[in-house]
Amino acid sequence: MKAKIYISYKEGILDPQGKTVGSALDSMGIDGIKDLRIGKYIEISFGDISREQAEVVTDESCRKLLANPNTETYHFKLEE
Amino acid sequence: MKVAILVFPGSNCDHDSYKVIEGMKNTKPEFVWHRENDLSKYDLIIVPGGFSYGDYLRAGAIAKFSPIMEAVISESKKGKKIIGICNGFQILIESDLLPGALINNNGVKFKSKVISLSTKNYNTAFTNKIPKDKEIFMPIAHRQGNYTASDNLIKELQDNEQIAFTYSKSGGGNPNGSCLNIAGIFNKQKNILGMMPHPERASDSILGSDDGLLIFKSIVEGIA
Repeated sequence: MKAKIYISYKEGILDPQGKTVGSALDSMGIDGIKDLRIGKYIEISFGDISREQAEVVTDESCRKLLANPNTETYHFKLEE
Repeated sequence: MKVAILVFPGSNCDHDSYKVIEGMKNTKPEFVWHRENDLSKYDLIIVPGGFSYGDYLRAGAIAKFSPIMEAVISESKKGKKIIGICNGFQILIESDLLPGALINNNGVKFKSKVISLSTKNYNTAFTNKIPKDKEIFMPIAHRQGNYTASDNLIKELQDNEQIAFTYSKSGGGNPNGSCLNIAGIFNKQKNILGMMPHPERASDSILGSDDGLLIFKSIVEGIA
């Protein structure tokens, strides 16, 4: 079992890195991009635990350490 | 008075802080390793700058779980004076001892330069020795120093006079895009100060400025 976790800045939080990369694409002549935001992708692998346990562990990890509730949101998917 | 200077893996301003405290009257600095769990014998706690845990995940995010931080939290509740500088400020924010968040600088770059500060509240244990209307000069050196807070929190900080320092024009103005040019804040009770600029690196005229000493003098002479 694996958890695939996506962490991104909340709307309204400035993402200087995303902004810079967005304007780099623009200056390369790649058109049509309105906005670009950069987040984090984290994978957790589990041993022999149930889907329910994996969900609880992943959520707790996100809440307590992986995401900063002041500036970031997270969501995750569990995969066999 | 006894001063604890916390040391995390990756701290690098701990010796600068030690040197400043050592040079003051009636002070005894001591390094305290992050695995320790008791700070009750100290009168002041300094959380120094550096790159604790390599700034992995987010600056300060992992240091928050060091055993020493539980001691910092329990001493803070007793009203003990705590100052977090640069990475120390980031750690205090991640530990919820100070409100808001510090995100990447608006230009994305690591900024290392001398800036100037205006003091916004002279009436605290950290700022009372700073002459009124004097701009103070000291270096910054950070990548995640862009102070961010919700509108409600900003209002709360203003209403409670929790804004300690703002970047001022003489030193080039706001270097990182922080809300309201904020460079440092207090907690509500004013026993904790967190700031991105480095007063310990501006505490001797040979370093180009000794304005930082005004902050340490305010704290030390207030406690002694």
